[in-house]
Amino acid sequence: MIHLDYILIISAVMMFAGIFGFLTRRSTLAILLSIELMLNATDINFAVFNRMLYPEGYEGYFFALFSIAISAAESAIAIAIMINIYRMLKNISVDELQKMKW
Amino acid sequence: MDNILFLSSFVFIPLVMLFGLWVARSINQVRGVMVAGSTALLALSVYLTIRFLGDRAAGIADEMLYTGAISWFEPLNIKYSVGVDGISVAMLLLSSVIVFTGTFASWQLKPLTKEYFLWFTLLSMGVFGFFITVDMFAMFMFYEIALIPMYLLIGVWGSGRKEYSAMKLTLMLMGGSAFLMCGIFGIFYGSGAATMNIVEIANQTGGAHAIDFTQQCIWFPLTFIGFGVLGALFPFHTWSPDGHASAPTAVSMLHAGVLMKLGGYGCFRIAMYLMPEAANELGWIFLILTGISVVYGAFSACVQTDLKYINAYSSVSHCGLVLFAILMLNQTACTGAVLQMLSHGLMTALFFALIGMIYGRTHTRDVRELNGLMRIMPFLSVCYVIAGLANLGLPGLSGFIAEMTIFVGSFQNADTFHRVLTIVACSSIVITAVYILRLVGKILYGTCTDEHHLKLTDATWDERFAVICLIVAVAGLGMAPLWVSDMISTGVVPIVDHIKEVAVVSTSNPFM
Amino acid sequence: MELSFLILLIPFLSFLVLGICGKWFSHKVAGLIGTCCLLAVAALSYSVAFEYFFQTERTAEGVLPTLVPYNFTWLPFFVEGLHFDMGIMLDPISVMMLIVISTVSLMVHIYSFGYMHGERGFQRYYAFLSLFTMSMLGLVVATNIFQMYLFWELVGVSSYLLIGFYFTSLAAIAASKKAFIVTRFADMFFLIGILIYGFYCRSFGFEFNEAGFAQGSFMLPTALVLMFIGGAGKSAMFPLHIWLPDAMEGPTPVSALIHAATMVVAGVFQVARLFPLWIQYAPEALSIVAWVGAFTAFYAAAVACAQSDIKRVLAFSTISQIAFMMVALGVCTEWATGHEHVGSLGYMASMFHLFTHAMFKALLFLGAGCIIHAVHSNEMSAMGGLRKYMPITHWTFLIACLAIAGIPPFSGFFSKDEILTAAFAYHPAMGWIMTGIAAMTAFYMFRLYFGIFWGTENKELHAHHTPHEAPWTMTFPLIFLAAVTCVAGFIPFGHYVSADGQLYDIHLDWNVAGTSIVIAVASIALATYIYMGEKQPVAEAMQEKFQKLHRWAFKRFYMDEVYQYITHRIIFARISKPIAWFDRHVVDGFFDFLAWGTNALGYQIRGLQSGSVQKYAFVFLLGIIILLLIMIL
Repeated sequence: MIHLDYILIISAVMMFAGIFGFLTRRSTLAILLSIELMLNATDINFAVFNRMLYPEGYEGYFFALFSIAISAAESAIAIAIMINIYRMLKNISVDELQKMKW
Repeated sequence: MDNILFLSSFVFIPLVMLFGLWVARSINQVRGVMVAGSTALLALSVYLTIRFLGDRAAGIADEMLYTGAISWFEPLNIKYSVGVDGISVAMLLLSSVIVFTGTFASWQLKPLTKEYFLWFTLLSMGVFGFFITVDMFAMFMFYEIALIPMYLLIGVWGSGRKEYSAMKLTLMLMGGSAFLMCGIFGIFYGSGAATMNIVEIANQTGGAHAIDFTQQCIWFPLTFIGFGVLGALFPFHTWSPDGHASAPTAVSMLHAGVLMKLGGYGCFRIAMYLMPEAANELGWIFLILTGISVVYGAFSACVQTDLKYINAYSSVSHCGLVLFAILMLNQTACTGAVLQMLSHGLMTALFFALIGMIYGRTHTRDVRELNGLMRIMPFLSVCYVIAGLANLGLPGLSGFIAEMTIFVGSFQNADTFHRVLTIVACSSIVITAVYILRLVGKILYGTCTDEHHLKLTDATWDERFAVICLIVAVAGLGMAPLWVSDMISTGVVPIVDHIKEVAVVSTSNPFM
Repeated sequence: MELSFLILLIPFLSFLVLGICGKWFSHKVAGLIGTCCLLAVAALSYSVAFEYFFQTERTAEGVLPTLVPYNFTWLPFFVEGLHFDMGIMLDPISVMMLIVISTVSLMVHIYSFGYMHGERGFQRYYAFLSLFTMSMLGLVVATNIFQMYLFWELVGVSSYLLIGFYFTSLAAIAASKKAFIVTRFADMFFLIGILIYGFYCRSFGFEFNEAGFAQGSFMLPTALVLMFIGGAGKSAMFPLHIWLPDAMEGPTPVSALIHAATMVVAGVFQVARLFPLWIQYAPEALSIVAWVGAFTAFYAAAVACAQSDIKRVLAFSTISQIAFMMVALGVCTEWATGHEHVGSLGYMASMFHLFTHAMFKALLFLGAGCIIHAVHSNEMSAMGGLRKYMPITHWTFLIACLAIAGIPPFSGFFSKDEILTAAFAYHPAMGWIMTGIAAMTAFYMFRLYFGIFWGTENKELHAHHTPHEAPWTMTFPLIFLAAVTCVAGFIPFGHYVSADGQLYDIHLDWNVAGTSIVIAVASIALATYIYMGEKQPVAEAMQEKFQKLHRWAFKRFYMDEVYQYITHRIIFARISKPIAWFDRHVVDGFFDFLAWGTNALGYQIRGLQSGSVQKYAFVFLLGIIILLLIMIL
C-alpha cells in the first residue's frame, strides 16, 4: 500500500503547480488548466483522506465526484467565454483584456 | 396637530410648488406657480409673525410656540418636531422675502427654466424646514436638502468656473456636515439618547449639563465648525468667494441671504445652547477666528476686482460678525447677531441681485472694465449705492442697527480679551467704507468709456420689483428696529440664560 | 415746542419726495418744494427759538431749562440703562444751532436756484440738501450721544453725496471718497468712545446722572478723548483735516452750508455738548483739545497764505476758525461758579464764534460762488479787478472779510475777542499764539480779497467773457447774511448761551480787544500794501525769497502725500494685497490641496483595483502566508 505521505506530496505538488500557473500564466487557457490542476489536487486529497481515515464512509468520494462534475461544467463555460473573447479580440491573453476596465 | 400642520405648511407649500412645476408646461405656467407659491410663503410668514407677536403680547411665555411632534423613527427617538421662537420667526420672514424676490430676480433666466425653479424650490424647502424644526435629526436632514440642489444650481446655471466652484462648495459644506453629524450624534448619546429634540435636551433633568464636560469639549468644536463652515468661519470660508462668484443671481441671493444664516442659527441653537460649558470654555478659540474673519474679509474685499468676489468677502466679514456676536454670550450681542443675520441677508441679497442684473447687461463683473454706469442705468446704480451704504452701516438702513447692537453688546464683556476683539471688529466699519466707496466710485461714477455699455438699458419691471422689495425691507428694518429687536430678544433670552447659567470661567484661554 | 418734531420730519419728507419722484418734477418745482420745506423749517426753528429764549421760565438759579419735548426708545440694548433713544432736546446751544442751520440752509436753498440753474441732477441736489438739513438738525437736537452718532453718520453720508455731486469728475469722486473715509476713520474712535462711555456710565444720555459718572469717572477722560477724535475728524482738526480742502470739489453752495457753516462745526458742538463732563471729569484732557486746536489754527492759517484757489483759501480759513472754537473750549479751566465767569468764558466765546462764523463764512463761500459763477474758475489768476463788475458781491465780501479779520463793529470782532480773552486767561502764551494767528487770518483774508477784487486783472479772460453780477436769487442771500454779520455782534449772546446757563454780560476787555484790533489793522495794511496794486513786486519778491517755504505751504506741507502713502503703500499694498493673496493661495490652497490630495491618492491606489484576478490571488496568497507566519510565530 502506498503511504499517505507520497500521495499528499503529489497533491501538494499539483496544488502549488496550479497556484504558480494561475499566478504567472498569461493565457486564459493555461490559467484554466492551472485551476483544473488545483481542483484535481484537492480531489485526490478528498479521495485519499476518505480512504485512509474513514474507510467505512463515502462522503470524500462523493465530494470528489461533485467537484469533478462542477469543474467540468465550469471548464465548459470558461472555454465558451474564451472562444467568444477570441472571436472578438483574436487574443485570449489576460493582459490584453482591458476593454472593460476603469 | 394643528400646530404641526400650521408650521409644516412652510414645507408643504414648496412641495405643492414642486408638483406644480412638474406639471407646468410653459414658461408662463412655471412663473405662475413660482409667483403664487412664493407669495403664499411670504403671506404665511407675515401671518406667522403677526400671530407670534400677538401671542407673545398676550403673555404666552413658552420658549417655543406652536410646538408639536410626530414620531418618525422610534428606535432612535427621532421625531419630526416643530416649533418656533423669535429667532426662527425672523429667519422665516427673511427666507420668504428672499425667495419671493429671488423669483423675480430670475424671471428671465434661460435655459431650462423649469428645472432651475424645481431645484430652487427644493432648496427653499430645505431652508424653511430647517427653521421650523427643533429636532436635531430633522434639522440635519433639511440642512442636507438645502445643500444638494446648490451643486446643480451652480454647476448647471452658473458662470465662470462653475463646475469647480460647485464641486468645491459642495465638498466643503459636506465636509462641514460630516463634522456636524458627529456632533449631533455626540450630543444625542451624550445626553442619554432619549430625545433628539433640542428644547427637551436642554431642559431635561440636569439639563444639557448632563452631557459630560469632557464630551462637550469634543462635540462642541465639531458642531460649531460644522455649522461654521456654512457661516463662513475663517479659515473654512473659501467656498464662499468661488461659490458666490459662479452661482446664478437668485442662487447667490438665497445662498448668501439665507443659507449662510443656517450656519449662525445652528451654531447658536445647537452648538452653544446644548453645550454651554464647552461654549464658555472653548468660545475664545472661535472668538479669535471670527474676529479674524471680520477684519480679514474686509481687507481682502479691498483689493478684489470681481464684483461678486468683493461681495463674497464682504459677506465673510459680515457673517463673521454674526458668529462673533453669538460668542459674546450676552443678550444684547446675540440679539445683534440675529439682527445682523437679517440685515446681512437682505442687503447681500440686494447686492447680489444688482450685481446679477449688471452682469446680465455688461457681461463682465470686472471692476476695471466698468465705469460710469450711473448715467447708463440710473435705477440700478442708485440701488447699488443704497445697497453699498446699507453695507457700510448707514443709519436708517438695516446694517447700522445690527452693528451697533453687536458692538454695544460685545462691549459689555469687561475683560481685555473681549475688549480688544471688539475694537478690532469695530475697525471693520472703516475698511468696509473703503471697499464700498472704492467700488461705487469706480463702477458707477465717472464717465463711461466702453461704447458697448452706452447702449445698455435700465432695469425691467421684474428686476425693479425685486430690488424695490428688498430696499423697502432694508429701510424698514433700519428705521423701525424696535419690534424686530424685541421679537428676537424673546427668543434669545432663554438660550443666553441657559448658557450663562453654568458660568464656567474659561481656564484654557491664555489671553484672560 | 409741540411742533418741533416737524423740524426733522419736513426735510425728511422733502428728501423722500424729491429723491423718489424727483425725476418727474421740473427743476423749478423741485427747487420750490425744497425751498418751501426749508422755509417752513426755518419758521419753525425761529418760533421754537423765540419760545425757548423769551417765553420759557428760567429756573430759580436763573438757568434756562433743558426741555425734552420728545423722547422714545428707538432700539433697546437690553442692558440696564442703555437704550438707543430718539428725541428732541432743546437747550441753549441746540436752539442756537437750530437757528444757524435753518438760516444758512435756507439761504443756500435760495442761492442754489441761481447757482445750480440748469444743472443736470438739480432735483437730486435739492433732495440731498434736504437730507443733509434733516440730519444736521437731528444731530444738534439729539437727546443722547447715540442719536448724535446716528445723525453724525448721516451728515457724513450727505456730505459724501454732495461732494460727489458732479460724479463724472474724477476729482470730485476722489474727494468725496476721501472725505467719507477720513471722517469714518475718526468716527470709529467716536464709536469706541461712546461704547466706553455707555459701559462705565450706564447711560448714553446727556442727562448727567452723577452716580453713573462717579462710578465710571476713571474711564471718562479716555472716552471723552476718543469722542474728541471723532469730533476732530468732522471738524477737520490736524491731522484729520485733509479731507476738507478737497471737499471743495462739491458745488459751492454745498461748501458754504456743509463745509463752512454747519457740518464742520459738529465736532465743536460735540465737545460743547459734553462740556460739563469734560470740565468736571477730564479738565486735564481738555488742554489736549486746546493745543490740538491751536496747532491746527496755526497750520491752516499758514497754508491759507499760500493757496491760489479761492475755495481752498476759504477752506483753510474755515479749518483755522473752527480750531479757534476748539481752542476756546479747550482753554476753559473750571466750571463757572457765581459770577466769576473767567474759567468758562471760552465756552460762551466758542459758541458765539460758531454762530457768527457760520454767518460770515457762509457769506464768504456764497460770495465765492458768485465769483466762480462769473469767471468760471476757482483760480485767483482768473480774477482780479472784479469790484467794478460785481458791486454787491464785492461789498458783501468785504464785510465778511472785515468780520473774519476782527474789525469792529462786525460780528467776528466780538466773538474772536472773547476767545482771545479766554486764551489769555488760560495762559499768556496761548493768548499770544492765538493773537498771532488772528493776525495771519486778517492777512490771508485780505490777500484773498485784493486778489479777487483788486490786484492784477486778467483782462484777456474778462474781455473774452465779461464777468457780471449774479441774479437776485444769489445776491439776496449775500445781502441777508451781510446784514446779519453787521448786527450779530451786538446780540447779548451771554444772556442766552453760557457755560452754566446763567445770564452773563459780555464785557470787552479793552486790553485784549485793543491789541487785536491794532494787529488786525496792521495785517490788513500789510496785505493792502502787498496785494492791492496792479503790479505786486513785494509779493513776487517774497515768493522768490521764501521759495521753499512757499512751496511747502502751497503743497499743504505734504500732508496729503503722507496719507496717500499710508493708504496706498501700506494699507493696500502691504496689508490688503498680502491678505488677499494669502486667502487665495494659502487658505484656499490648503483646501484645494486637500481635494487634490484625495484625488491623487485615489489615482495612486486605483492600480490595486486592477481587475486582474491573478494579482488579487497573489495578494491574497501573500496575505495568507503573512497571517500564517504571524499565527505561527
